[in-house]
Amino acid sequence: MSDINLKNPVLKWIEYRLPIFAFMKHETVDYPTPKNLNYWWNFGSLAGIILVVMIVTGIVLAMHYTAHVDMAFGSVERIMRDVNYGWLIRYLHMNGASMFFLIVYIHMFRGLYYGSYKAPRELLWMIGVAILLAMMATAFMGYVLVWGQMSFWGATVITNLFSAIPLVGDAIVTLLWGGFTVDNPTLNRFFSLHYLLPFVIIGLVFVHLWALHVHRSNNPLGVETKTDGDSIPFHPYYTIKDTFGLAVFFVFYLSFVFFAPDFFGEPDNYIEANPLVTPAHIVPEWYLLPFYAILRAFTADFFLYLPVSWLMSAKLAGVIAMFMSILVLMLLPWLDTSKVRSGKFRPYFPYFFWIFVADCFFLGYIGATTPEGWRIIGGQLGTAYYFGHFFIITPLLGWLETPLPVPESISAAVTKEGGEG
Amino acid sequence: MRKLLLSAAAAMMLFSGSAFAAGDTPKAPAQKWSFSGIFGTYDRAQLRRGFLVYKDVCAACHSLNLVAYRNLMDIGFSEAEVKSIAADQDFKDGPNDEGEMFERKGKPSDRFKAPFENENAARAGNGGAHPPDLSLMAKARLRGPDYIFGLMTGYKKNPPKGVTLPDGMSYNTYFPGHQIAMAPPLSDEAVEYKDGTKPTLDQHARDITTFLAWTASPEMEERKRMGIKVLLFLLVLTGMLFALKKRIWSDLH
Repeated sequence: MSDINLKNPVLKWIEYRLPIFAFMKHETVDYPTPKNLNYWWNFGSLAGIILVVMIVTGIVLAMHYTAHVDMAFGSVERIMRDVNYGWLIRYLHMNGASMFFLIVYIHMFRGLYYGSYKAPRELLWMIGVAILLAMMATAFMGYVLVWGQMSFWGATVITNLFSAIPLVGDAIVTLLWGGFTVDNPTLNRFFSLHYLLPFVIIGLVFVHLWALHVHRSNNPLGVETKTDGDSIPFHPYYTIKDTFGLAVFFVFYLSFVFFAPDFFGEPDNYIEANPLVTPAHIVPEWYLLPFYAILRAFTADFFLYLPVSWLMSAKLAGVIAMFMSILVLMLLPWLDTSKVRSGKFRPYFPYFFWIFVADCFFLGYIGATTPEGWRIIGGQLGTAYYFGHFFIITPLLGWLETPLPVPESISAAVTKEGGEG
Repeated sequence: MRKLLLSAAAAMMLFSGSAFAAGDTPKAPAQKWSFSGIFGTYDRAQLRRGFLVYKDVCAACHSLNLVAYRNLMDIGFSEAEVKSIAADQDFKDGPNDEGEMFERKGKPSDRFKAPFENENAARAGNGGAHPPDLSLMAKARLRGPDYIFGLMTGYKKNPPKGVTLPDGMSYNTYFPGHQIAMAPPLSDEAVEYKDGTKPTLDQHARDITTFLAWTASPEMEERKRMGIKVLLFLLVLTGMLFALKKRIWSDLH
């Protein structure tokens, strides 16, 4: 633990009994950080900050929101019209959800490219995947609270997925609904859970940070920090860099909030939920679209389904594939056989990385459009490639590819490149 | 499980149905609006005329449940005007001290009086169709204002060859599926304007669209005004933070 010189007697008294100030100094001020982090490393702290924005705006919204099927939609509109700055709080929260996912997806792609999931950071990565899952559950339930048409029908489609589970499926769905259809009990439990889960996310974030601070940040070169020359104290170098990044992010975020607040939303969600009228086109929010495309790819004649068709329905296979598409990330540290961490020193990996990124965008497009014509087979090929990337390309590439020489240390690389970074 | 299959089948049918509808319903052309762009505001005269169109035409069938009479003061109606607009309507209130319900004149704090007591009454009065609430219409359709304008001006007296419409239905170019239960609501000189504006169909459609854009986003002007200030501040702050970052990092190497 680093030394700390406190003059204030009260702080001294506290520090003697609970060395919290030394801890904070050690973990946030002196904390040695690789000196060569690029701007892709800003997204971790951004994710933490947007989580706080979501919780603060969410707590205020909950003060004005009414979780009842007859009043929920009206109470949201009351927030928009009659609560002081209610429109601002609500638009910050609504667009904040999109921003949160955007940030986290960039954060994850950065980890994929620079091999941040590799030993000894496997657990750090896996906790991150758990955070993503918790975020998805939270976002989905939050979207339902608005009680618009897309809220209601999205909830109907997604909760129905669980009915594909053999034997207990229907019981699970009844439990989720609190009845025999999406109705008031569903809305009430979603509200309760939507308030609870963010605090679970906070807990996970702390464990994520704890694991991070054990082996510290990876860096673009993927070599561990060895000497003092490789790292710089977090403060002031990364506090100012993160603050600058935060300001840039807020310009982006608030441009949507103030000038295009409904950009990410579906017009149908401004129609109050009506169990008797199904919208022409049920789509989830953009951040869930690729997973929705994977779910829908599993038709009775999909070639990935045929090998298991004797065992389960195509629907169940689709549900499993959808969850697998996220859980496969947990296996990634062991699927990747490459000895080199950073994609910088892998001659072929970057091509496959960008193809994978393109595949995710493509699946997003497929998820947003109606499944007909070429898009059916397109979505199936995109789904097959998604899993192929993890289960075939990633292990094979590690074996077949000869990595470029990796610099001995961060300092050595920086000196050679003439002071980049 | 059976319920599930049914809903899946229904979803499939809807998917194909919507694809068909989307395929042959053209997008309403984009119009110029006073409220588009980051500096856009609602044209006040247009809002006043739009309110008149709503009151004289739309209000016969369509509710505006999210808007209160007092909200009209935000767009330039005086308190006296709002009081008299509200007082034109009778509201059921109560119970009073004797436990009786009673009728009273509308107050500025009342929401716009709906033309029908409930959905069943609305359907009964409209050949089975339910005229939707208009408060959020400009946000509840893709490119809402353009769509509303397209719908108002997109009626065809004679449907294209091969299309036969059931009794009481009209043909509209921009309505999904084209068959719409609402008869053409506006025409030249449908509403009498007092400000000298020529009462054409095009003008009526533009005015009601602007009014409904306001009812859907009454916060828009305040939002944009605040946004410009906030972003100007943030841009300056970002520039300063960048300079500071450069300076702090300059002692490395």
